[in-house]
Amino acid sequence: MTEHQSRLQTPLGRVRGAGSAKGGTHHWWMQRVTSLSLLPLMIWFAFSIAAKAGAPWEVMAEWIGRPVNAVLLIVLIAVGFYHTASGLQVVVEDYVRPERAVMLSNLAIKAVCVLLGLLAALSVLRLAI
Amino acid sequence: MATFTLPKNSTVQPGQTYKAEAGATNVRSFKIYRWDPDTGENPRMDTYEIDLDKCGPMVLDALIKIKNETDSTLTFRRSCREGICGSCAMNIDGLNTLACLKPIEDVTGAVRINPLPHMPVVKDLVPDLSQIYAQLTSIQPWLKADTAPPPDSERLQSKEERAKLDGLWECILCFCCSTACPSYWWNGDRYLGPAVLLQAYRWIADSRDEYQGERLDQLQDPFRLYRCHTIMNCARTCPKGLNPAQAIGEIKVLLAEREG
Repeated sequence: MTEHQSRLQTPLGRVRGAGSAKGGTHHWWMQRVTSLSLLPLMIWFAFSIAAKAGAPWEVMAEWIGRPVNAVLLIVLIAVGFYHTASGLQVVVEDYVRPERAVMLSNLAIKAVCVLLGLLAALSVLRLAI
Repeated sequence: MATFTLPKNSTVQPGQTYKAEAGATNVRSFKIYRWDPDTGENPRMDTYEIDLDKCGPMVLDALIKIKNETDSTLTFRRSCREGICGSCAMNIDGLNTLACLKPIEDVTGAVRINPLPHMPVVKDLVPDLSQIYAQLTSIQPWLKADTAPPPDSERLQSKEERAKLDGLWECILCFCCSTACPSYWWNGDRYLGPAVLLQAYRWIADSRDEYQGERLDQLQDPFRLYRCHTIMNCARTCPKGLNPAQAIGEIKVLLAEREG
């Protein structure tokens, strides 16, 4: 109750707050789209890698270098890191306060995901080109 | 950060036990959360032993019996005692429900009764609902139309249009669902919660209402609407058997379709 007593703003004023952000729909929709597209991509990736278990470096490099595999791998990397970033954003929004820490955490998450994604994609390209 | 443990002055202590009268054969224990703001003490769990042979069948009957015969300081809300006013919403045996609709015989062992979870407590089983009422007010739960009603009749709806309100109009605003929602626990200051969002959809889905777009504008927000992570506690706990998560899903679909 102390939190209530220290603020004399009315409950309706607090609830209305800064108003609606008029957003969130794109983020929600892309979470659904990326998770659905990851389903076939991950199945393809898991079976392909499992079939190559124990293969030497040359065989793996040749497999990754094939155009279809390279394109699918880059799509998997892009969609996977996009999905990771938007999922972690929800976790941060759920649990981290104050709002400024949320904004900083989300920027950091996006930066790490972009860097890791570029690193992974470039690795595939080096073997493919 | 979200708080996962109770503050020191909220940890629940063991309380006193009120024994059943001598000669009682069909005895059941009721362990009830007690907190009095005037004493400055921590909350405690008091145990009341009740002779079920001299008590009505529902948990609310037992609470009224305790208040009448054993301990008049026990505080709780109740009114209609038939599941239509929503006053006696509380956490019984770990699930939010209405005390008047919960048969004592559905509970095995001692009947544990707590106030609705994660709300400020006014006293004993009475939660402070001022924030959630303000949230209900904020979605303007009334018919909004610019077209004047026909001078000699009601605003008409086809049977199909009326059918879209089924599963929505039955909500009695007991707030069992919102207070069962972890997302509402962590972010109740900004997330509207399942009860209020179901009410919002009740007006969005009403063919007589002319403000669907403005209503959707107000909900299109990462916190007000999109904190719903389809945990589904709301549908599981609803004493009226409604599905607030489905109503929230319909709002999300409407918003996505509107974006194109």
